[in-house]
Amino acid sequence: MIKVRNITKKYGATIALQDVTLAVKKGKTVALIGPSGCGKSTLLRIMLGLVEPDSGQVEINEALLSKESALEIRQQVGYVIQKGGLFPHLTAYQNCALLPKHLKTSKDEIEERLQELCDLTGIEIGDLSKYPSQFSGGQQQRISLMRALMMDPPILLLDEPLGSIDPLVRYDLQSDLKDIFKRLNKTVVLVTHDLGEAGFLGDEIVLMNQGQIIQKGTIQSIVKHPNNEFVSQFVKAQRNHLEEIE
Amino acid sequence: MKVLLFIIATMLIHSSGLMAQDPIRVGSKLFNESVILGEIITQSIENAGFDVEYSDQLGGTRILWNALLTDELDIYPDYTGTIVFELLGETEPLTIAEINRKIEVFGIQITNTLGFNNTYALGMRMDHAEDLGIEAISDLREHPELNFGFSNEFLNRADGWPGIQSTYNLDGSNVTGLDHDLAYRGLENENIDVIDLYSTDAEIDYYELKVLEDDFGFFPDYAAVIVYRSDLNKDVQKLLGNLEFTINEADMISMNADVKLKGIDDEIVAYRFLNGIFGIEITHQSDNRSDRLKETTIDHLILVGVSLALAILLAIPLGIAAFQFKKIEQLILSMVGILQTIPSLALLVFMIPLFGIGTIPAMAALFIYSLLPIVRNTHSGLVSMNNGLKESAVALGLPKSVILKKIELPLALPSILAGIKTSAVINVGTATLGALIGAGGYGQPILTGIRLDDTALILEGAIPAAVLALLAQWFFDLIEKRFSYPT
Repeated sequence: MIKVRNITKKYGATIALQDVTLAVKKGKTVALIGPSGCGKSTLLRIMLGLVEPDSGQVEINEALLSKESALEIRQQVGYVIQKGGLFPHLTAYQNCALLPKHLKTSKDEIEERLQELCDLTGIEIGDLSKYPSQFSGGQQQRISLMRALMMDPPILLLDEPLGSIDPLVRYDLQSDLKDIFKRLNKTVVLVTHDLGEAGFLGDEIVLMNQGQIIQKGTIQSIVKHPNNEFVSQFVKAQRNHLEEIE
Repeated sequence: MKVLLFIIATMLIHSSGLMAQDPIRVGSKLFNESVILGEIITQSIENAGFDVEYSDQLGGTRILWNALLTDELDIYPDYTGTIVFELLGETEPLTIAEINRKIEVFGIQITNTLGFNNTYALGMRMDHAEDLGIEAISDLREHPELNFGFSNEFLNRADGWPGIQSTYNLDGSNVTGLDHDLAYRGLENENIDVIDLYSTDAEIDYYELKVLEDDFGFFPDYAAVIVYRSDLNKDVQKLLGNLEFTINEADMISMNADVKLKGIDDEIVAYRFLNGIFGIEITHQSDNRSDRLKETTIDHLILVGVSLALAILLAIPLGIAAFQFKKIEQLILSMVGILQTIPSLALLVFMIPLFGIGTIPAMAALFIYSLLPIVRNTHSGLVSMNNGLKESAVALGLPKSVILKKIELPLALPSILAGIKTSAVINVGTATLGALIGAGGYGQPILTGIRLDDTALILEGAIPAAVLALLAQWFFDLIEKRFSYPT
């Protein structure tokens, strides 16, 4: 579904990505994880053409990503970022209706779809006339997800979607997200810095450092069979102090 | 004899059916005497059945001369000295015949003298001059501590301060430039010791001033004449000729005093004079304050409204272009920045060769002034958009044009409106200067009020201008509120 081949990206002398190759199968959830600056967010942006790589190719749903194809490809991909990226001057409804309206979707269809997505994400349909600032952080992420799902795209790209949500709400949202991904059978790439979240949501985990993929696999394989010293250090650092107490 | 000629000329013109022609355009400078002379010229031509358009109290000599050159005006009153030294740049005086030979190439001619000489002079308070024992200009050399306050035109003219300073070898450290009418007040308040005078100024007696003797004979003759385009209707030229040698110095001082000190309307003073000389009858209609206010308000609103609307139409796209095309970003921003640095008065004068005098050049200047705040705020409002939002918009799969229209521009709207608000307020204030080039508006009563030393008249322009500025601000605040969202 998503194929990334030999991607290299430099910012001046700094290497953000070094010859990265990755494939995501249809219906699977892949979690990109690694320390800050490892290149995981850059890789996600490259998949959408938001950042142009120095070399390498991206293929989304059998189509090669280029300047010409970017617009169409983006319309088949839902994208959610850390603080939602909701437009503050538009109501939740207007935010969600932005792309469908541009694509000439009828008002009835939009409202029907909104009802479905409200049920899915647990947002009151009556609240959609509110502005983003009038929702809590968790609700904003839910609406952002609704906006991403409006045109029922086969692919979802999520960049730290729960990064700024407080722990209690986050726990609920994680379960809801997992449920949604599976129920809708979406192909998902998720960027997170939390190994627990990656393990909970991801079918496969891709651990990155300094612009390169260090280890790929299930959470079990990464925790139990770390490839090298960096991986075991990373896993150790992510273990909660609570566990040590027990 | 003169009366007879006048009447004959009048009858001839009436019978030859010249009524349908374009109006004869008369101008005058920004001081009483020029305004009165302009009024006299206007009424005498009008009385002969011509349509006249009188643009009174336009800025300085250059504005009027250029307006004549560019066929924006037909006639204005001036002085031989000014034409010779200021306009022609000569160093020696010329006779009227010599002047006419020189200016023929410009398609401009002057009449013979109207009958009086209004030369420059320097003056002080009588008591102050006596205390210091100053009789003549050369005595000023002994008193370098005195403060000189000169009209801006005098300060810069070769036949004004620069000439007198070098002729009399005067110290120039305490010289200030200010409006001639305000200079008298400065003198009265003892802020200024020496000012430039016109020898026909009504204030010389009123303020008990000492006119210092020009003991080196520096100031040349400033015979009052009428300047006109050579292609001016021959009958009108004849009418102008009828005014030659009709006004002596005492007449002029008394008319100046009527307007300046007794507060009689220019039109009435001119009418009384013409009535006395030629026995002509003109029904004079004096406009009242509310009519005048209505007129100046309409003028001002049109000036501000049209210039601001056009500026918005150009400035927002320019701001967008600067934001979208990095190559021309600096070019656009620095261009509008440079335009803004041109002093407003200079900009008004620059507009005259392009658009003549009146409303259009004033609008053009105001338009140029309104660009910068709007362009800059549009640009900065777009540039300062949050990166996450920008990325989300692109990631949604919306084309650039839709992102601009639905997201970037609405988010930049508060900044754009703030720019428009700034422009509107500056525009309302600057538009008062439009009166200097005949655009009317609130500047008209302000200029007249300064000229006549009439505070009520100044306020008649200043208060509505301030109110309009506040209204403009309030109006755009309201629009901003209309488009605001919870944050």
